[in-house]
Amino acid sequence: MRPRFLDAGEAALVVEFGTEVDPAISDRVLALDAALAAATPEGVRELVPTYRSLMIHYDPLRLGRDALVALVEERLAAPVAHARAASLWTLPCCYDEPYGEDLAEMAAIMGLSAAEAVAIHAGATYRAYMYGFAPGFTYLGGLPEEIAISRRTKPRPPHDTKVVLVGGGLSAIATFSMPTGWYVVGRTPERLYAPERPSAFLIEPGDSLRFEPIDVATFARLDARAESGEVIALRQTA
Amino acid sequence: MTAALRVLAAGPGSTIQDGGRHGYLRYGVTGAGPMDPFAHALANRALGNPACAAAIEVSLGGLEVTAEGGPVAVALAGGSFAVTLDGQALPPAVVVAVEPGAKLKLRAGQAGAWCYLAVPGGFDVPQVLGSAATHTRTGIGGIEGRGLMIGDRLAIGGASPAEVETGQIIAPLLERPAEAIRVILGPQDDYFAPDQIADFLAGPWTISARGDRMACFLEGPKLSHLLGYNIASDGIAMGAIQVPGEGQPIVLMADRQSTGGYPKIATIIGPDLGRLAQARPGTSLRFHVATHAEAVAARAAEQAFLSAAIPVEPLVRKRFSSEFLLSLNLVDGWVDAHKPI
Repeated sequence: MRPRFLDAGEAALVVEFGTEVDPAISDRVLALDAALAAATPEGVRELVPTYRSLMIHYDPLRLGRDALVALVEERLAAPVAHARAASLWTLPCCYDEPYGEDLAEMAAIMGLSAAEAVAIHAGATYRAYMYGFAPGFTYLGGLPEEIAISRRTKPRPPHDTKVVLVGGGLSAIATFSMPTGWYVVGRTPERLYAPERPSAFLIEPGDSLRFEPIDVATFARLDARAESGEVIALRQTA
Repeated sequence: MTAALRVLAAGPGSTIQDGGRHGYLRYGVTGAGPMDPFAHALANRALGNPACAAAIEVSLGGLEVTAEGGPVAVALAGGSFAVTLDGQALPPAVVVAVEPGAKLKLRAGQAGAWCYLAVPGGFDVPQVLGSAATHTRTGIGGIEGRGLMIGDRLAIGGASPAEVETGQIIAPLLERPAEAIRVILGPQDDYFAPDQIADFLAGPWTISARGDRMACFLEGPKLSHLLGYNIASDGIAMGAIQVPGEGQPIVLMADRQSTGGYPKIATIIGPDLGRLAQARPGTSLRFHVATHAEAVAARAAEQAFLSAAIPVEPLVRKRFSSEFLLSLNLVDGWVDAHKPI
């Protein structure tokens, strides 16, 4: 199916593959993202993959809109030669107090015990659909129905950095402290935004993630290592 | 000691901005960069800098600086700020040399919300993810990720020319009244019925006082959605006009999030971003639909102006052109002799 081409001003083009949060739509977004990133056309400034579309920021003085559309259609028609293999990441996560601040509240609303909610959250495999909101803020699809809670009607006070959230039918990892309408269910020692590393961001959209429950003592140990620059998360290439 | 500027006073909201942080929107990193990209580029180009060099974005809160370690050439461009150098009034778009100890003061003037202060080679501040642009919400870039404060010492990236000809920057493109701002409809204009698009274009819209570098809030006719107001998040370009549930548009500016989940009825064209950014709260405006080709032509005109040598006219004149004289308001301040004062 041909995507829709929507202008976001004269210097950004939205290539829209659908309107839903859906792994098949996301696959098409990420395939185009990879195809354009493999050999970035002259005049393309930045690519932003989201759940259902790819935003292409471009310089219209160097690359005309019609030429860009033609180029995108050409890339869509050709199979991606070197699509990046998605990784499966295992992130340690401490669901215990004081880190899983809102876990009991979330579990109660969903009619579960805290232990059940943890087992369900840690038992699932998530897809990193996109980043947004803040550097390294990762939106994760694949949250099991039993804990697919709505967002809060009113935001809660600012949470810690590196927290794992649920809300609005999704899970997420928040790298910066901020007020949120989501529920804080745990904290990971891993840093998804580490500007001093050669690659400041660990996870690429399209990667899979699992959470491995750890206790408070393990969190403290891993957190010290992560803060000194080490990568704690385990990576397997799918 | 290399030359530097020292901040003697700073209102809230003045920050270091370069052309913006590019390449990381896909990781959720805000681009930041100037609110008025043309004025920022103009101040830099007046000194021969690359358009995207790191400069100070001065807010309505004003700024006062002096030079240290030698004279520093400074270029100002943007809103019509009230500018003085050691008490002597200067035009708002100007190139001057600031001697050590001399005080350059910028205060909110007749019009405009942002003024750019450029120095030779740009300011030498640490780069974060390839850019010096300040994003205060995440504490990234510029001076420790924050606004400028009294006492900050700002190192200069290049050498100041031995002699700087003080002069007024002549840039007719800086005259950009806010009343009419051009937009391209979309990307989600199909979330609005034709009569809602008509209301959006009819306006008029008033700029609310609650804006900042992230967003400009507009007040006017209440817009309604055809297909609801939640969408699965997609990318946000600078100038995107999103319409949340309460039906009052929000224009997303330099410090916007990279993605968002409200329908975007239209997007302000690049060359008109500065018009909106420079409009103060209370300003009334309307949007006009531009074609993609018109937007690109306006962009090309800006680019052509910035690529050439920026005209700077000496402030002290021996000869005056008739055009210059006609541009002056020579009769301002006359009184009627027959009226009692």
